[in-house]
Amino acid sequence: MARPTKEERKISIMTKALELFSKEGFYQTTMPSIAEKIGMSVGNLYNYFTSKEMLAKDLILYIANILGEHIRAINESDRTTQEKIEAIVHMYFKIAKDRPETIEYFLRVYLSNREVFQNCCSGMICVSAFVTEMMIFFEEGVRCGELRDQDFFSAFGLFMGYLGGMVFINGENILSKPLEEYEHTIAENIYYALKTR
Amino acid sequence: MNTPSPKISTMPSKPVKLRVIWLQGITCNGNTHSFLNDPSLGSLLECIEFIHHPLLPCSKTLKEVVKKLPKSDILIFEGAYRADFERAEIRMESLLMSLALRTKHIISLGSCASFGGIFKESASEHISGILFDKESESGPLHSLRKKVITLSGCPIHPKWISFVIDMIVQGKKISLDEYRRPKELYGYLVHNGCLRNEYFEWKVDSDHFGTKEGCLYYAQGCQGPFTHGSCNKILWNGVSSKTRSGTPCVGCTEPSFPRTELFTTKTYMSIPAEMPLGVPKRSYLALAGAAKSFHIKRLEGKLIDDNS
Repeated sequence: MARPTKEERKISIMTKALELFSKEGFYQTTMPSIAEKIGMSVGNLYNYFTSKEMLAKDLILYIANILGEHIRAINESDRTTQEKIEAIVHMYFKIAKDRPETIEYFLRVYLSNREVFQNCCSGMICVSAFVTEMMIFFEEGVRCGELRDQDFFSAFGLFMGYLGGMVFINGENILSKPLEEYEHTIAENIYYALKTR
Repeated sequence: MNTPSPKISTMPSKPVKLRVIWLQGITCNGNTHSFLNDPSLGSLLECIEFIHHPLLPCSKTLKEVVKKLPKSDILIFEGAYRADFERAEIRMESLLMSLALRTKHIISLGSCASFGGIFKESASEHISGILFDKESESGPLHSLRKKVITLSGCPIHPKWISFVIDMIVQGKKISLDEYRRPKELYGYLVHNGCLRNEYFEWKVDSDHFGTKEGCLYYAQGCQGPFTHGSCNKILWNGVSSKTRSGTPCVGCTEPSFPRTELFTTKTYMSIPAEMPLGVPKRSYLALAGAAKSFHIKRLEGKLIDDNS
């Protein structure tokens, strides 16, 4: 059996680190605890990531790329804007259910510890793959006349803040129903809030 | 011993000047005035002579031109075309075609002559350029297209016309683009050579006209990133250009000129509706988002601070 490449090994480390970071938080998670979970020496872990901050940065790039690729596929599909909203909501909640550590990391590590990321991930640099696709979604929605023209961040905040908030509430076990049962209502709310009047 | 007889020096024959007719359609005279601003006009007039020009000394009045319909080397047409527009009591469809058939080269001078321009706005169905009607090559000189050189602009830079005339005088080949504009002049974008390019790269906007700082593309309607022209290479009056002086390029060399709301950037959800020429939207947005994440302090201040 072929030995995994360095890139494959890095992804395997990131997957495990993601679980730890999203459960324990950024400061509680240490390089030794990550190394222990993976079953490698701390010294060897530093061969892959030169610091915990660099690992944290690569994780957010990794997550932004996953989200970006999914939204790109939706953007390039033959759907109406309303159907695209449904698809994005469905995709986001599915990832939150199947790989909760991904969204948890985004909400509880990336957004909650800005001081960790401000040097290497200022502004939109590390989440560019995801934000760019959202820009394209909104731009095309306005261009075809389905969405109301407005400031990008007003619309972006409404859409992603809503989804992030629902996943956060779900993580706190407050919701009375499974998250996916809210999909249609939430997508409809987003559409009615953003559509042309 | 015979002394050699002195050589009789032969005087070079006087070079033949190219014969030019300058005909006006529906025009504001803008290109004529621009032409008069060419500092090399004096030496240019040593190579050409005007059979007819509306302002400069010439051998024939327009009425005489209409009567004789003389042959020429270059026919320059300034202004928009309308078939029933009359000059010297003759309809333009007849006058233009008669002179076009009797000339070797035709210069479509300015945006009105080239694509319809400003005057087309008044009666869109009846007014066009002489070869193009906006983007469509359906003007009256379609059958003579190979003779036509397009010099679009509102107005054209005087150097652009003297360049073309000089190339014709020297018998050199002029490489042309899809609208038959010389690539030497229109291969560039107005964006090329703009002093604000660093602001464009780092996405630092200009809030006002007339300032030295900031890019005019994001808010002020600048069309430089998708307009062909050498305005920032061959400077106006040798010193400046629209964007250098702090006003946006209005895209006057393109068939789409004039657009409405020239001083506002059309956006969809804050994203410019028109991307820099040839740049995919996804690539542009990714780069722009990254660039905007940085704050380059040097680019946020005044270039020349009067208070320091």
